Amino acid sequence: MEHKEKIRQFITRNLTVFDDEVEFADSDNIFELGLVNSLYVMKLLQYVESEFDIVIENEDMDIKYFSSVDNIARLIERKLATV
Amino acid sequence: MKEIKCIIWDLDNTIWDGILLEPGAVRLKPGMKELLTELDSRGILHSIASKNNQEDAMAQLKVFGIDHFFIYPEIHWNAKSTSVEGIRTKLNIGPDTLLFVDDQPFERDEVASCFPEVETMDAVEYTRLSDYKRLRPRFITEDSARRRLMYLEDMQRNQEESAYQGPKEEFLASLGMQFIISVAGPDDLKRAEELTIRTNQLNATGRTYDYQELEDYMRSDDHLLLVCELTDKYGSYGKIGLALVEKSEEHWRLNMLLMSCRVLSRSVGSVLLTYIMSQAAEEGKTLLADFRQTGRNKLMYATYRFSNFKEISNDGNGNILFENDLSRIQKYPPYITIHFPS
Repeated sequence: MEHKEKIRQFITRNLTVFDDEVEFADSDNIFELGLVNSLYVMKLLQYVESEFDIVIENEDMDIKYFSSVDNIARLIERKLATV
Repeated sequence: MKEIKCIIWDLDNTIWDGILLEPGAVRLKPGMKELLTELDSRGILHSIASKNNQEDAMAQLKVFGIDHFFIYPEIHWNAKSTSVEGIRTKLNIGPDTLLFVDDQPFERDEVASCFPEVETMDAVEYTRLSDYKRLRPRFITEDSARRRLMYLEDMQRNQEESAYQGPKEEFLASLGMQFIISVAGPDDLKRAEELTIRTNQLNATGRTYDYQELEDYMRSDDHLLLVCELTDKYGSYGKIGLALVEKSEEHWRLNMLLMSCRVLSRSVGSVLLTYIMSQAAEEGKTLLADFRQTGRNKLMYATYRFSNFKEISNDGNGNILFENDLSRIQKYPPYITIHFPS
């Protein structure tokens, strides 16, 4: 499965609202749209590390890298490229 | 060496003499029930890794009147290292806080080869456990004596959570969580010391504080020592959070912030931080925070970073100073009722 599809599914599983009401683009800021609580970045961080077998370093822990499907996918690809 | 939080017991020729699947009755080891009871009252958890038939083994434990002591028992035919890892994950505690007791050298070696941090012990030595120093916490607090019950409440919560179909936040709202922040009093100090010793993952510095130090900070006018308790419809998680703030003219400095790993899944970790940020902002101060990387506390680093803290110094040895200009303070989660210090 493509990275973006996995990320999208994870976000959908953790929505604060019912999933059948929601549509969002890969470029949408999921925090600004109120789709997820900001506390959930912690779960997302753990998910991304275990699912893609990468380590998110201190310098990558910026909320902007986790704010949309596109940005998360970009972070993952950058990390996979440096392994 | 860390204090032991959980003992993982074998059954045959360890908890009892004899082998359950062989003819002839098994007999509980002399003094075993008293030992389990004593350790349980100190807040040490018990679990099981046994190669047996689960139903028969549980029935036998019931006959001996000791079945209620064991949480997350692993009774099946798979490798014991798998069982140890299963128990460790469910309890969410470090391997260096586990003790594995088994009469078979093979089983002890198998566990030790996978998890060198787990201490292993031959079952013949069980009589020395009650005096063993890693099983003697300095204080027995109200929270330690209730520990097993709190984990049982957790099991119930987790079952209900995995059965829940709606959105995650709706489930959290259904728990009726109350987060109580208060200024530490004399009655909180033992538990506060215990928290600094036992907390690894959500701990900003990993530094331990003893009773006397904490008492001094409690009485100091230049410091604020805060404790938090979390309750929900199942009961109380106990005192699960602690923060120490140093107050000066220009800024507040968060010397210590920690939160028990038991509440990790409840997404309450940032509530205390939000409170401290709001208070500092109200007093017109900026907020500094000390952080020391311990190899275990990455989630705490993430908590700070995602709360808009920036590194202003880093000595390259893991000692970091954060600063927050308090321009963006995240809101409290809507599914928790928060009680503030009066």
